[in-house]
Amino acid sequence: MATLVRTAPAPPATQVSALLRLATAGSVDDGKSTLVGRLLYDTKSVLADQYEAVRQTSRDRGLAEADLALLTDGLRSEREQGITIDVAYRYFATPRRRFILADTPGHVQYTRNMVTGASTAQLAVVLVDARKGLTEQTRRHTAIAALLRVPRVLLAVNKMDLIEFDKDRFQEIEEDFSEYAASLGVLQAAALPVSALRGDNVVAASPDLGWFEGPTLLEYLETVPVSSVSEPTAGRFPVQYVIRRQNRGRTEAVEDYRGYAGTLASGSFAIGDEVVVLPSGQRSRISGIDLLGRPVDQARAGQAATLMLADDLDVSRGDLIAPADQAPVPTQDVAATVCHLSEGPLRVGDRVLLKHTTRTVKAVVRGLTHRLDVTEGIPAAGSVDARADSDAVGATGTGTDADAATGPEALHANDIGRVVLRTASPVLIEPYAADRETGSFLLINPDSGDTLTAGMAGDPLGVFS
Amino acid sequence: MNTASDRTTSTAGTPGGLTHLDALEAEAVHIIREVAAEFERPVLLFSGGKDSIVMLHLALKAFAPAPVPFGLLHVDTGHNFPEVLEFRDRTVAAHGLRLDVAGVQEFIDDGRLAERPDGTRNPLQTLPLLAAITANRFDAVFGGGRRDEEKARAKERVFSLRDEFGQWDPRRQRPELWHLYNGRHRPGEHVRVFPLSNWTELDVWQYIGHQHIELPSIYFAHSREVFVRGGMWLAPGDWGGPRAGEPLEVRTVRYRTVGDMSCTGAVESTAGDVAEVIEEIAASRITERGASRADDRMSEAAMEDRKREGYF
Ligand SMILES: Nc1nc2c(ncn2[C@@H]2O[C@H](COP(=O)(O)OP(=O)(O)OP(=O)(O)O)[C@@H](O)[C@H]2O)c(=O)[nH]1
Ligand SMILES: [Mg+2]
Repeated sequence: MATLVRTAPAPPATQVSALLRLATAGSVDDGKSTLVGRLLYDTKSVLADQYEAVRQTSRDRGLAEADLALLTDGLRSEREQGITIDVAYRYFATPRRRFILADTPGHVQYTRNMVTGASTAQLAVVLVDARKGLTEQTRRHTAIAALLRVPRVLLAVNKMDLIEFDKDRFQEIEEDFSEYAASLGVLQAAALPVSALRGDNVVAASPDLGWFEGPTLLEYLETVPVSSVSEPTAGRFPVQYVIRRQNRGRTEAVEDYRGYAGTLASGSFAIGDEVVVLPSGQRSRISGIDLLGRPVDQARAGQAATLMLADDLDVSRGDLIAPADQAPVPTQDVAATVCHLSEGPLRVGDRVLLKHTTRTVKAVVRGLTHRLDVTEGIPAAGSVDARADSDAVGATGTGTDADAATGPEALHANDIGRVVLRTASPVLIEPYAADRETGSFLLINPDSGDTLTAGMAGDPLGVFS
Repeated sequence: MNTASDRTTSTAGTPGGLTHLDALEAEAVHIIREVAAEFERPVLLFSGGKDSIVMLHLALKAFAPAPVPFGLLHVDTGHNFPEVLEFRDRTVAAHGLRLDVAGVQEFIDDGRLAERPDGTRNPLQTLPLLAAITANRFDAVFGGGRRDEEKARAKERVFSLRDEFGQWDPRRQRPELWHLYNGRHRPGEHVRVFPLSNWTELDVWQYIGHQHIELPSIYFAHSREVFVRGGMWLAPGDWGGPRAGEPLEVRTVRYRTVGDMSCTGAVESTAGDVAEVIEEIAASRITERGASRADDRMSEAAMEDRKREGYF
């Protein structure tokens, strides 16, 4: 395999992060894994022994060519069934950018695994089989990407080889898709025709797609702007762990140390900042910042830091340190859009654990107000306990539109819906649309420990208001 | 006081301005601190290999200036490289850490395990590992596994729940969203935690270079007596090599991974320092495990099968 020589050494470590995290999405069998395999293969990111193993497995099954989907479909049952079951992560780099690629399953039964892969993505590549067009599962995945506020969505119309690279059909699907995406508030949608199987327009442009004037998939991936902070945001520091070192009868002079360790969810903090510790509301000033053992003047979003406060306060895991003049309001009422992930239903009255940043509290489901009709991209009408809705964080003030009886009975696996929760103690939750880190939460079954539901505070889709 | 809605849009994914190594380091530290905060009895698997050395380095940084609030566990196959064991003991002493050793040899000696006909002890590590977890009631076990290593690992969560038999069920993994790691488990169950999930082999080496982390000498080119078996350069030792018809020769080699001597192969290399190793890896056409691990060549799903049984 002469083509397997690695030509692209990874970018140097000192270069400012040019990392793109992307996830595939779309219906079962539309070609997601094949596309990922093709992208890896044609960028020469597949090493000789990996390729040889895939070729051998393909040959054992009587295939003439290597099935590139096997590069990510690595589980025994995936290979037996020819489908993806769980998300696979692959890492590759070109001279222009580094990529973390999550190849997700299309089968509706494994939607929870698609949600896992998409939750940290900056770009969702939604595949559609050109013969089939948009399916319910295409729409569900697009709705999930919109709900998770994956900053960009790319439509890849695949299997163009099976429709004779027909331009009109491509445009028809593109129009369908952009209409649906727009109904969900996805504005950053682009579209590309590809054949994952043959490699047309994946890394190299294709003569059969001469009519297409846009970029290849790789060109798009290398140049699409990575979302970045548009305006400065207020500092948010969920306390993760208290680091203490006491000088108990030591001979050498070691000073006592007490610092609050955590990862900055957003914004930045500097020595001297006036801060408030929530939910208690105690105020203090930042007297020191350590970055993994090294004293610094300032720390910013994404860094794992340790903050020290000028006053001796009672601060513990689950507290939030925020600027005194830009602090969130503690609340026990949370209105949120959720994607239900577990096999069992979520019903009004269910007692759950709510895990938010570093804080886990008991909560009860007080209302289920809407369920999203995935095919139409619009909510099914209904509202339960509108009073709770209008009190809660992210409430839109229009929660009084329907009467309590018309909300859905329950949310089932893969449903997207709107819930109202009451927590046993205050949480510092903020609208997901403003901040993915402080607006997201999980609902957990207190007995089994299973993750039930992915929650996003407020109405990130903007369809429930 | 302003309300939440006054806040502006924030970045998604990687925060701007951090280098990719800074971002990987911060993510790993976050995971390590989550475990220290949420579990009662965590332990860090420490083999003296580069990934576990990086993991320990991250743990030391995560809690500085306080000591690491958990101990180390080494599953010793009895056929480890002496240079690596020496390094292990020196590291443990230098940082005042607690080390438990679970020995495969003891299990063979008292009949709980039987030596395999091929002499490979890698698959035999699972039982002593699980026994140590049960005996010490460890509820979280840090492993240095990376998703880029192998196709079954590529599918595993950062927090990977194991049942009371230590088994991994790839079809029943919990959803894992954002940076919210759900470590809840029932009595008897435990969670394997992989802080280096998103690191590649190259990232590990770049970090080692960047942080000036010391490694066992066998990771760098040296001359050594080796012999060929199954297409790999193996080193002679008590473990049973070479056999008749496997002549020894002296080669300039280094190790890309370190594990059981019976199934860890050396690669021919002249890379004498971290920079040269990075250059070598970037140009390599073979994966780390493909180059140096015989146990993964046994079958298509060898790693998945071992993981299902409770392996690392
Ligand atoms: N003709 C043609 N076939 C394709 C193309 N892309 C994928 N296929 C075939 O479509 C089938 C499904 O491909 P996969 O890549 O496994 O589909 P997937 O979207 O990953 O499926 P799930 O992960 O199970 O949702 C395979 O038989 C592929 O060979 C293409 O561009 N053209
Ligand atoms: Mg697939």
